Amino acid sequence: MGMAMMLAEQDPGELVAGLTAVGRGIVYGGAAIGPGIGIGIVVGNAITAMARQPESAGMVRTTMFLGIAFTEALALFGFVLAFIISG
Amino acid sequence: MSTVPGTATTAAPQVEWDMATDMVRRGLPVAPVVVLLGALGWGVDGALSTAYALVLVLGNLLASAALMRWAGKKSLGVLAGAAAGGYAVRMAVVTLAVWAVKGMSWVELLPLGLTIVVTQLGLLWWETRQISLSLAYPGLKPPSGRS
Repeated sequence: MGMAMMLAEQDPGELVAGLTAVGRGIVYGGAAIGPGIGIGIVVGNAITAMARQPESAGMVRTTMFLGIAFTEALALFGFVLAFIISG
Repeated sequence: MSTVPGTATTAAPQVEWDMATDMVRRGLPVAPVVVLLGALGWGVDGALSTAYALVLVLGNLLASAALMRWAGKKSLGVLAGAAAGGYAVRMAVVTLAVWAVKGMSWVELLPLGLTIVVTQLGLLWWETRQISLSLAYPGLKPPSGRS
């Protein structure tokens, strides 16, 4: 109740700016966590593969690097979106 | 191969740097076209913003490859740490690099953001296609150093 009254007393411009900042944080934070987990999975499995089959390490590293870069593109999507939201 | 636990390395070729330089080599001839498109859409500010975005993307790819190449020579554990830690550090650097120029008069956020996403995906798609063809038709594989 108190929170609702406090929000009602706010200048609408301030409220919008605050909510935009919160939204930006959620977008960028979410977009960074997902690829972080993804890169962990890619690298973890690549290292397992290299340890098990050292003779195929070259090909594994090639696909690992591509996998990392593609996963990182997701983070860049969120990053760009967060900046565009803020205007 | 080292016998010390946790320091095992592989004798794998350092492919990351070759791939990154290959992508940069492909990106550089396209860069003027991208900058021109930015100029056509958003004027001089658009051209400057797209050029800045290109530098960020290509620099990010090269930094990633350099870090992996260095870590790959150390051990598999260092490679894993460099991949995860490097990701966080590079994203922070890219964020700071955009944040630092965000308020400047010459920055147009839309072409800047579009260029970052499209260039990253475009270069990766191109490289993936080339690698897929090399794996499917090994006879067409370019000589080492020009992967």
